[in-house]
Amino acid sequence: MLSIRGLIRRIPDGPTIGPADLDVPDGRTVAIMGPSGSGKSVLLRAIADLDPADGAVSLDGIDRSAMDAPAWRRRVVYVAADAGWWDDMVAAHFADRDAAAALLPRVNLTADALDWPVQRLSSGERQRLALVRAITLPRPPGEARVYLFDEPTAALDAESAGRVESLIATLSQDDRTAVLLVTHDAAQARRLASGGVVHLRDGTLIPLSEEAAP
Amino acid sequence: MTATVETSYVALAWSDLAIASVLVILNAGLSLWLGLGVERRLLVAATRMVVQLLLMAMVLEWLFAHHAPEWTLLAATVMVLFAGREVMARQDRRLGGWWSYGLGTGAMLLASFLVTLFALTTQVRPDPWYDARYALPLLGMVLGNTMNGVSIGLNTLTTLASRDRAAIEGRLSLGATRWVALRHVTRHALRTGLISIINAMAGAGLVFIPGMMTGQILAGAAPPDAAKYQILIMFLIAGGTAIGALSAVMLGAWRLTDARHRLRLDRLTAST
Repeated sequence: MLSIRGLIRRIPDGPTIGPADLDVPDGRTVAIMGPSGSGKSVLLRAIADLDPADGAVSLDGIDRSAMDAPAWRRRVVYVAADAGWWDDMVAAHFADRDAAAALLPRVNLTADALDWPVQRLSSGERQRLALVRAITLPRPPGEARVYLFDEPTAALDAESAGRVESLIATLSQDDRTAVLLVTHDAAQARRLASGGVVHLRDGTLIPLSEEAAP
Repeated sequence: MTATVETSYVALAWSDLAIASVLVILNAGLSLWLGLGVERRLLVAATRMVVQLLLMAMVLEWLFAHHAPEWTLLAATVMVLFAGREVMARQDRRLGGWWSYGLGTGAMLLASFLVTLFALTTQVRPDPWYDARYALPLLGMVLGNTMNGVSIGLNTLTTLASRDRAAIEGRLSLGATRWVALRHVTRHALRTGLISIINAMAGAGLVFIPGMMTGQILAGAAPPDAAKYQILIMFLIAGGTAIGALSAVMLGAWRLTDARHRLRLDRLTAST
């Protein structure tokens, strides 16, 4: 289980996000919603330890400060809405080509996509490939993993978005995998968020049920 | 290295320099005519060059006459400190605080002193080895070129790190270390830093006669001896540029990240 306690991200000359408290149990998907600019991506980046933040974040009771940062990020994998590419060819970004080729049809792409140059990818193709890249990241058997997906269907048509949702739903059926999802789509949050929906408002996470209360 | 050097050369009069300066004045006129707006900078730079070189000549004359190692070391240190300031001034984005000055200066201090000491003690071998007549011109040649490699390497590093933030953080997000995540950036920065010395070596003797060789030939040295000195200098510059660019780029990459392998672009400030 991913546990977040008192996580605060102070942005120089910007708003402060947090303190945030949240649990994401294994085998569950938790969705974060909130208006644009409310700090949802900032929060995911802070959980992935990509930006300095105060507070405690732990996985299965082990605080991230006890792990070196690369090991933490292999277990708590952040996928940005517009993920980066560092090589000319798509295949160079995948640690396990066979696993990626097997998974690509699940997101409405063929295995040929691995041999494409990055330059020719559309934003939707980039988004789906980045998702597959993260999911096929090698993982020791039985090791817990959390995926932090930042608007994973923002650039997709309805059919591809449906495929990606299906893949995310499959992921969180694994009892050693948890998903924390940022989305603007309330219907998507309802479909996927087996672990609940939280709203980020004024830098604070509020469970949907509490927010709805008078 | 020993060589017989003739000291007969055509000494220039001040009037010769005045005639040559007409070319700079023509340049300034051209800038005014075409509205380039560089005439003032051109004249200031030319004036600075004249004053700086004449001052340096006086300092060198004094140092050559006194054979004082502590003064030679002081002059060398001052040269490195000025070079550090030049490196800082050439950055589009600077590391905050003392890093912006210290990084380039430290890299050049390491590279130029190492390479000059190497040349003085193993190839040129003047007596004494710190003889200012050899030490300072050698250091100056190495420093001038190392400065280019360091400033271009550092500028490429910070520019690419800012531009390729998504790619770098994409790799970090998948568990790469900061060195792996920045590899494409550091490689590009080093290649760019070294390209000028590679081009200079490739073109020397074919496209142009390098400055030191020209100077020695004008001073009466036999062309084969002048060529040998130039070859030595080119090797020293190549070594100094590589050491300087490598240390500046790797130290810069270290400073642009932190112990938790995060990209810290907040440590950069845009140059004003």
